[in-house]
Amino acid sequence: MIKLTINEKEFEVDAPAGMPLLWAIREQCGLTGTKFGCGIAQCGACTVHVDGQPIRSCITPATSVEGKNITTIEGISKDKNTLHVVQQAWIAEQTPQCGYCQSGQIMSAVALLNTNPAPSDEEIDAAMSGNICRCGMYGRIKSAIKRASESLQSSSTPEII
Amino acid sequence: MKKWTRRAFIGAGVLASGAVVIGIAIRPGNRSSKVAGLIADKGETVMNIWLKISPDNTVTAIIPHAEMGQGVHTTLAMMLADEMDADWSKVKFLEAPADKEYANYILAKGFIAGDKHFPKFLEGTIDGIFLTAVKSMNFQITGGSASVRFTGQQGMRIAGAAAKSMLLQAAAETWKVPVEELKAQNSTITHAASNQTATFAELAPAAAQVKTPSQPRLKTQEEFTIMGTSKPRFDIPAKVDGTAKFGMDVQVPGMKYATIKASPVFGAKVKSVDTTISSSQKGVNKILNLGNAVAVIADGFWQAKTTLDGLPIEFESTENKELSQVDIINGYKKAMDTALAEDELDLHFKKGDALAELESADTLVEAEYELPFLAHATMEPMNCTAWVHEGKCEIWCGSQNPLGVKAAASKLLDIDFDQITVHNQLLGGGFGRRSETDVIEQAVLIAKEVDFPVKLIWSREEDTQHDVYREATLSRMKAGLDKSGNPVAYTHQFIFKHHPPEAADVPYDIPNQLIQYSNPTTYVPWGNWRSVDHSTHGFLTESFIDEMAFAAKKDPFTYRKNLSENNPRFQAVLDLVKEKSGWGSALPANWGRGIAIAQSFGTIVAEVAEVEVSVEGKVKVHRVVCAVDAGFAIHPDGFIAQMESGIIYGLAAAMTGEITIENGAVQQGNFNNYPVTRMDEAPKIETHIINSGNSPGGGGEPSTPVIAPAVTNAIFNATGIRIRQLPISKNDLRESMRQTT
Repeated sequence: MIKLTINEKEFEVDAPAGMPLLWAIREQCGLTGTKFGCGIAQCGACTVHVDGQPIRSCITPATSVEGKNITTIEGISKDKNTLHVVQQAWIAEQTPQCGYCQSGQIMSAVALLNTNPAPSDEEIDAAMSGNICRCGMYGRIKSAIKRASESLQSSSTPEII
Repeated sequence: MKKWTRRAFIGAGVLASGAVVIGIAIRPGNRSSKVAGLIADKGETVMNIWLKISPDNTVTAIIPHAEMGQGVHTTLAMMLADEMDADWSKVKFLEAPADKEYANYILAKGFIAGDKHFPKFLEGTIDGIFLTAVKSMNFQITGGSASVRFTGQQGMRIAGAAAKSMLLQAAAETWKVPVEELKAQNSTITHAASNQTATFAELAPAAAQVKTPSQPRLKTQEEFTIMGTSKPRFDIPAKVDGTAKFGMDVQVPGMKYATIKASPVFGAKVKSVDTTISSSQKGVNKILNLGNAVAVIADGFWQAKTTLDGLPIEFESTENKELSQVDIINGYKKAMDTALAEDELDLHFKKGDALAELESADTLVEAEYELPFLAHATMEPMNCTAWVHEGKCEIWCGSQNPLGVKAAASKLLDIDFDQITVHNQLLGGGFGRRSETDVIEQAVLIAKEVDFPVKLIWSREEDTQHDVYREATLSRMKAGLDKSGNPVAYTHQFIFKHHPPEAADVPYDIPNQLIQYSNPTTYVPWGNWRSVDHSTHGFLTESFIDEMAFAAKKDPFTYRKNLSENNPRFQAVLDLVKEKSGWGSALPANWGRGIAIAQSFGTIVAEVAEVEVSVEGKVKVHRVVCAVDAGFAIHPDGFIAQMESGIIYGLAAAMTGEITIENGAVQQGNFNNYPVTRMDEAPKIETHIINSGNSPGGGGEPSTPVIAPAVTNAIFNATGIRIRQLPISKNDLRESMRQTT
């Protein structure tokens, strides 16, 4: 058994050597917002944050992130009663279609805006091209990131994690 | 009559156009206690099969379609609510249960009959026939771009209008006032003269006793208050906070996980596998030989997957074990040659004497095209959770065909249909793939072997290698042009005709046509892939018309428009895409512009693509302008999103999409070798809608067939290189390969 800290909560999980974090999060911690898409870090659906950095949980051994702060889509908003500004932008732009990839898209977008609150189109492309959307909502994802960026610029609290 | 099958329906298209059939789509609700038992809680009034009213004045639309991102729950609820004059803020939806009562007879009728009017005295009979037919084949499909144009138009709107009429009647009787003096608005009925008001909920019990009108008056476009607006979609909030539940996310107490490996060579049986669990295989519950596949059940997917990967599995050798892509394509070529030589091609369409006219034409244009197999690659890999217990079976999955799921499980387990419960979840992409029941059948067979629920999850590799594929196609096209470049004859021979039947039709005025096909035996399993046969014929027809325009030395836009004089809707869409794209304006060096247009699923879509082809041969699609006439866009933003989605889906296929066979097995396995379009490769898309008021068309598929030819025509414009083989990545487009034109 190992201890994982996910969304500021402690979980005890039974993770055999090599078991990716994804399956611990989904099956043992019951947080199903993080998705399985490819298993080889090609699609980004499994993106979570480890100490604020976006990682692909489908290839990250659970044992390697013991003692670190893991954040999933369920914990991205600090305040349980309001959505994260990126999530709000996602709704405003009516971004998702099937929605399966969107947790991963949002996690990548939050990580991008964390380090670069006003990204250019090229910077958005570079940060987001590891996340596949088979419904092809790339234009809306980009618009939502820009909208979130604008809200961040105009808000007095720039810290968003 | 040809046997009706679910598969035939889902891809079938509409042949006729014209006025909409109305007034025959609903069956009264309260008179069917079965329906009430399925959808209503205590105190709720079921007005008809599609609609119930709660005591708190909530109107709930019962939607017999699956949500896979197309926004169908919202759009169909809007159609019902608008006709009813319901307060949108108090409208909810409920996905119809997988029950024969909700078999989509409207869809079935739409696919078979199109928009044909039936004589009034026949309507009841015809509905009866269709209802019986769809119930008997468990037809509850979401597909064929059909939800709005059939269920919405012929079901939801009529259900809403009929309920309103009944509520008005009930108010008139209660207040003893003429019904004409009443007004319905925001889920309330008022009689201004006597200053009386009642909510829908207050009137509902009495209204449900009123005879259901068979032909309620529907609103005209000008009277719409909800239709034509872009209401926020019901499904979106849960999709941004991680709470949306897809099939993959189902959690049932006591559940274990399974994964599976079928023979890489389609159809081969398991020859040997050791199903004993060793002491080192911790957390492994069972290893199952299912005959054509091996499954492992474990405490988690990871344990199941690593155990399965480590198992020595031997599959029986079949005659296909050495089959390669080259063999398959050569087989198709041979089949076509033989059919041609022996005059055994099947006839798709014939007009005049194309063969004779080709001989005497001034200019002959000829081309051969080849298209690859394609996988669906839904974002959510195939999965299904099943629990077989006490003579019952419960299934959790995301399906485009929940009644089909029920039927498949019932048959496999030999359990009565009513003992199967299907809990349909959100679909992480459908595109036709989730109309199949193969993974459900596997899950049920696995669950049958244990006394706890099992969630079967396919690896991405299994998903890619055991899909049902868009067919690879060969095509030979010829056109004869007269002195001024106008076509006098057109012949087309192609391999494989599935659905819709009209996909190979040429939308242009060509006096002599001969279109034929052959359906040789195929080894690769076929399935409906977004836009089905239109995905091939959109490319073929629109590439070849471009070749004809070039041979005629005409502008590709003008050529198409001149050949569409009998089709003003087509011309209007062409005009709009021309205007919005800036057709004819200057582009940078190595850039090109291409146009294509197609009508599919009742909707006309034209696209202009702007591409750049670098000197190294790399293609970048910068911009796509899309013009579309679907009659009327009920939810404009959702409709635009569907156009965008169909374009990116088709673009991925056009650029790099290719499934190939080697040693009898699919060579690709994951997104590393079956690449799809990513954000940095996605063009800017601009969509422009024409609300022509014509019969409603579909939204989910019609933009897909158009993008490949728009892009390859643009590549031709940029480089002079004509792409006749997809995907584009197979073609050498380096500067040295280009000829000056």
